[in-house]
Amino acid sequence: MVGKLALEQRKDLAVATTLTVNGNTHTLDVEPWTSLLDLLRERLQLTGSKKGCDHGQCGACTVLVNDVRVNSCLCLAVMHDGDAVTTIEGLGSEGNLSPIQQAFVDHDGYQCGYCTPGQICSAVGMLKEGHAKTEADVREQMSGNVCRCGAYPGIVAAVRHIMATSQTEGAR
Amino acid sequence: MNNFEYVRAEGLDGAARFVAGHHGAKFIGGGTNLVDLMKYNVEKPTALVDLNRLAMRSVTELPYGGLRLGALVTNSEVAYHPVVSAKYPLLSRAILAGASAQLRNKATTGGNLLQRTRCVYFYDTAVPCNKREPGTGCPAKEGINRSMAILGTSVSCIATHPSDMCVALAALGATVQVAGTQGSRSIPFAEFHRLPGDQPQVDTTLAVDEIVTSVDLPAAGFAGHSAYIKVRDRQSYAFALVSVAAGFELADGIITKAGIALGGVAHKPWRNAELERSLLIGKPANRDTYHAFQLALLAGAQGYGENDFKLKIAPVTVVRAMEQAAHEGEQA
Ligand SMILES: Cc1cc2nc3c(=O)[nH]c(=O)nc-3n(C[C@H](O)[C@H](O)[C@H](O)COP(=O)(O)OP(=O)(O)OC[C@H]3O[C@@H](n4cnc5c(N)ncnc54)[C@H](O)[C@@H]3O)c2cc1C
Ligand code: SF4
Ligand code: FES
Ligand code: FES
Repeated sequence: MVGKLALEQRKDLAVATTLTVNGNTHTLDVEPWTSLLDLLRERLQLTGSKKGCDHGQCGACTVLVNDVRVNSCLCLAVMHDGDAVTTIEGLGSEGNLSPIQQAFVDHDGYQCGYCTPGQICSAVGMLKEGHAKTEADVREQMSGNVCRCGAYPGIVAAVRHIMATSQTEGAR
Repeated sequence: MNNFEYVRAEGLDGAARFVAGHHGAKFIGGGTNLVDLMKYNVEKPTALVDLNRLAMRSVTELPYGGLRLGALVTNSEVAYHPVVSAKYPLLSRAILAGASAQLRNKATTGGNLLQRTRCVYFYDTAVPCNKREPGTGCPAKEGINRSMAILGTSVSCIATHPSDMCVALAALGATVQVAGTQGSRSIPFAEFHRLPGDQPQVDTTLAVDEIVTSVDLPAAGFAGHSAYIKVRDRQSYAFALVSVAAGFELADGIITKAGIALGGVAHKPWRNAELERSLLIGKPANRDTYHAFQLALLAGAQGYGENDFKLKIAPVTVVRAMEQAAHEGEQA
């Protein structure tokens, strides 16, 4: 069934969509059933954002849309025409890590690393929201990011480090 | 996911007319429920009408002292809105008890009302389900029913409405404003969601072409005395097994106004304003009052096996929420 549907993709239903991703503007013809996650990974080759569950349950696909953290697997890309998207690739790069990325390294905020891009984008979003004050707040407000390696203590420590050094401005 | 046409709504009228004229077309808000269900082929819309460019994105104070929440205001924006946190803390707490921060950032006020049940059979197109395919049967009754309803069930369906926000809106006595091809109307919150009866496929009293434009909160928001308690399998990011929203206005320890609603126990937020009038108003805010009320409110509750524990959890959670609400603000 899935294969059959895939063969019958109606190209004529595609919609011209303009997205600014990590500062670069792209105009693409997008089929309405394409998730923002699939567009990032498969059309723009930005494979930092991960697909853990594809159903909003794990947070591995978390990106920032207009600076707000969302699950890109539940976003239809065509609904984000004109929006600015930031993925892990937009936060820093090898040899030029953002403070929050460095904090994840310094505090063992990961083990296998699969959930990490989502954790970091989520942390950046949470710091911007500014509602987390205590460790319990961090744990609660990061609960949308599941880590199967159980690196939670390190993740919390990394985020708390950034909060303590109030580098939130430089976190991006 | 099936192929579908994508349309950006430019105006309410056009959007309603499009859905009225296109069989299988649906509106989309944040997409956090609809896109999920489309990935499971539970929802297979022929077209999606994206409401996000309509002017329903603001929170405005109403002349008589209430608050209008535009249908596109996100769950996060409502929860952290300064007027909501100050005047309707019950609503903020209920919203923040639901889903995750990312989902709340995307989920809209309108979409939250219209989210569908989390019954596992409803999600699985390989098995029968009266809500998904009317007339096929309800395997939940003798199957996996840990999260299912204990009140207001029918022979055809025992599903629950999964929203936390709606439980608070029910307790507050909100009003849903809608607009469609036949004009606009106001629906009292208690009449918005329905019990399954013999039409479990219909969750609400909204017509297919009707758009939720706002949810209006009344002037009185239980600012001084309210509580939201959510019993769930995990401390965070899990749906309610049982939840209770309780709000009071008190004068010298006597209840002058009350709103008590339950989530996780029925096809709609469970509230009985009649019982509140007869058993709470004018009565002292104490355990005896709460206990008598709980007995009446939950009368006739019935378990289906796995969910029998709700018959024990619901009464104590109602009493605890009422106690917590009444004592809010007091020193321990
Ligand atoms: C992993 C996960 C965990 C969750 N946990 C919780 C939880 O603990 N508690 C909780 O309460 N919720 C929870 N949710 C559900 C979440 O709250 C809903 O998905 C969300 O509120 C739906 O809003 P939306 O705007 O994204 O709706 P959409 O997905 O856009 O729409 C839902 C339905 O509403 C219709 N619709 C949308 N807007 C309008 C409108 N203005 N007028 C008419 N029709 C409209 C659509 O056609 C669709 O049928 C969870 C979701 C996920 C994925
Ligand atoms: S409880 Fe309702 S939703 Fe679940 S299987 Fe039965 S009919 Fe379907
Ligand atoms: S892949 Fe999006 S939440 Fe899991
Ligand atoms: S580091 Fe492995 S899943 Fe989080």
